[in-house]
Amino acid sequence: MGALTELDLSALWVSMRLATMTVIILLLVGTPLAWWLAHTKSRFRPIIEAMVALPIVLPPTVLGFYILVALGPYGPLGHLAHLSLAFTFTGLVIASVFYSMPFVIQPLQSAFEAVGKAPLEAAWSLRASQWDAFLTVISPIALRGYISAIVLGFAHTMGEFGVVLMVGGSIPGQTRVLSTTIFEHVEVMEYAQAHAISAFMLTFSFLVLLAVYMTNRRFPIHVS
Amino acid sequence: MSRLLARFDVRFPSFHLDVELDVPMSGITAIFGPSGSGKTTLLRCLAGLERAPQGFMQFGEEVWQDESRRRCLPLYARPIGYVFQEPRLFPHYDVRSNLLYGYKRIPLDARRVAPEQVIEILGIGHLLDRRIHKLSGGEQQRVAIGRALLTSPKLLLLDEPLASLDLQRKQEVLPYIRQLHEQLHIPVLYVSHAIAEILQLADRVALLKDGKVTAAGALNEMITSMKFRGQFTGHRIGAILDARVAAHDAEYGLTQLEFNGHSLFVPLQSVAVGNLVRVHILSNDVSLVLGKTIVPTSVLNILEATIVEIQETNQSSVDVLLDIGAPLVAGITRKSLMSLGLKPGQRVFAHIKAVALNEELME
Repeated sequence: MGALTELDLSALWVSMRLATMTVIILLLVGTPLAWWLAHTKSRFRPIIEAMVALPIVLPPTVLGFYILVALGPYGPLGHLAHLSLAFTFTGLVIASVFYSMPFVIQPLQSAFEAVGKAPLEAAWSLRASQWDAFLTVISPIALRGYISAIVLGFAHTMGEFGVVLMVGGSIPGQTRVLSTTIFEHVEVMEYAQAHAISAFMLTFSFLVLLAVYMTNRRFPIHVS
Repeated sequence: MSRLLARFDVRFPSFHLDVELDVPMSGITAIFGPSGSGKTTLLRCLAGLERAPQGFMQFGEEVWQDESRRRCLPLYARPIGYVFQEPRLFPHYDVRSNLLYGYKRIPLDARRVAPEQVIEILGIGHLLDRRIHKLSGGEQQRVAIGRALLTSPKLLLLDEPLASLDLQRKQEVLPYIRQLHEQLHIPVLYVSHAIAEILQLADRVALLKDGKVTAAGALNEMITSMKFRGQFTGHRIGAILDARVAAHDAEYGLTQLEFNGHSLFVPLQSVAVGNLVRVHILSNDVSLVLGKTIVPTSVLNILEATIVEIQETNQSSVDVLLDIGAPLVAGITRKSLMSLGLKPGQRVFAHIKAVALNEELME
C-alpha cells in the first residue's frame, strides 16, 4: 500500500469539507422539512416524499447533468449568482445537498414520526414555546434519528462520484475529492495509490455503518 | 367569584362538539360522560390544543380565545396545568428535571407553588433521582401532576389521569389529587367516565353527552336529583357529604363527623380533627322513621330530615329525596311508603345504617 501523496491528502481535505458542509446545510433545511413530512396531512406529502427519495434511484449522472445545467452561466442558479457555479466548490456543495438529501431527511422523518406530537404538547403545557420545546424535548428524543442522519449523510457525500464528476470536474484542491482521485489513479495505472484510498474508504464506510447499527441497537437517550 | 366561560362548536368527520360551559373557578369540577362523548376534545379546546373555528373562552377577566377577533392564545401562553391520560414524561430527563421543566420557565415572581410542597403532597421525594422508565404507572402519573402544578397554574386540567392505572395504582394517585386541591386552591377540571372517581373527588359535575353539556351543578344535588340520576347508572346511588372530623373516640373505635349541625359516627379514622372527609351514604342504607324513636335502636346515626320528593324506582320500591341541609336519598319499599303515609314537606327521621368513606368508594 503506497503512501498518500500531497494531492491525495488535498482530495481528502476537500471531501471532508464537502461532506461537513453538506450535512450542516441538510440538517438546517432538512429538520423543518422532515418535521413537516412527519406530521402533515397535506395531499402534497407523497409528491415531496418522492422528490426527496429520487436521488436514491436516479443515476448520479442524470442528477449531475441537470444540476450542471442549472449551475451553468445560463442556468437559473448560475444566473442568480451572476457567474457560473459549475466546476466550483460551491457548485459541488449545492449538488451534494440534493444528492445526499434522502439520507438525511428519511432518518429524521422516521424519528419525528416515532416521537409523535405527545411530548411536544406536554412541553407546551409546561410553558415551553415552539422553539424551546423543539430544542429541549423533541430533538433529544429524536437523537438517534439525528445520529443516523449525520452519519449517513456524511458517508454518502464522501462516497459520491458521478455527480461530482459531472458538476465539479476534478480540479485539484477545489473539486477533486477522494472518489474521483481513485478514478484518476486507475486511469494512469497507479494501482497502489488507488488501492490505498479505496481501502481507506472501504474501512471508513464499514466503520460508519457499524457505528450506526450499534447506536440504533443500544444508544440510550439520556441527557440530564 | 371568577368563572370560566367557554363556547365551542367544532365539527369532526364523525363527531360534533357543541358546548357552552359556565362554571365557577373554584373546587373540582368533573366533566362526566361515556367514552366518545367528547370529554377529551372539550379539554383540548379549553387548553388551545384544538382550535374551534368560532370558539370563545374567558377565564375570569382574561379572554384566551375569541375567534371573532381571530385571537387564540397558544397553550404555552396560557396559565394552564395539563395532565394527559398517559403521563407523557420526558424520557431523557430524570424525575427531578421533569418536575422542574415547567418551573424553570415561570418568572420568579409568578412562582406560587414550591417544589418542596408539591414533592411532599405527592409523596415523590424518594423518586427524584430515578429514571422515568423505573417508575410505576401511578408514580409516573404523580410526577406528571407535580410537573403541571409547578407551573403555578391558575387552572388545572386533568384528562382521565387514572384511566391507564389499575385499581391499586388509582389509589396511589386519587387521595393526592384531593389533597393538592385543598392545599393549593387551584381550580381543577377533571375529565372522567368513572363515576367512582367523581364521587370521590368532585364538588361539581357537568354531564357531557354526544358532544353537548346536558346538565351541570353541584355533585350532591346532581346525583340525588331524580332528573339526572339516570345518567349515573352503573353505580349504587346515594348521597355525598363533605363532613369535618370533630372528635375521635378510641374506646369505642369511633370517629365523630360534623356537617350542617348534624353528627355522624363512623369507624375510627386516621384523619386529624378539623380535616374534611367525604362520606357516601347509599340509599338502601337509609331508612325512615316518623317522629323521634321511643323504642331504643342500635342505629347510631339518626338525622332529622324533610321530604323533598318521592319517586318510584320499580314496582316494589321508591326513592325518597330528603333535605338534611344537604340532599340525602332513602330507598324504601312502596308498602312502607303507603303505611307511613309519607308526603313531600313532611318531617321524618333518617336512620343511617352504614356510612362509606372515601377510600371504600372505589370497589
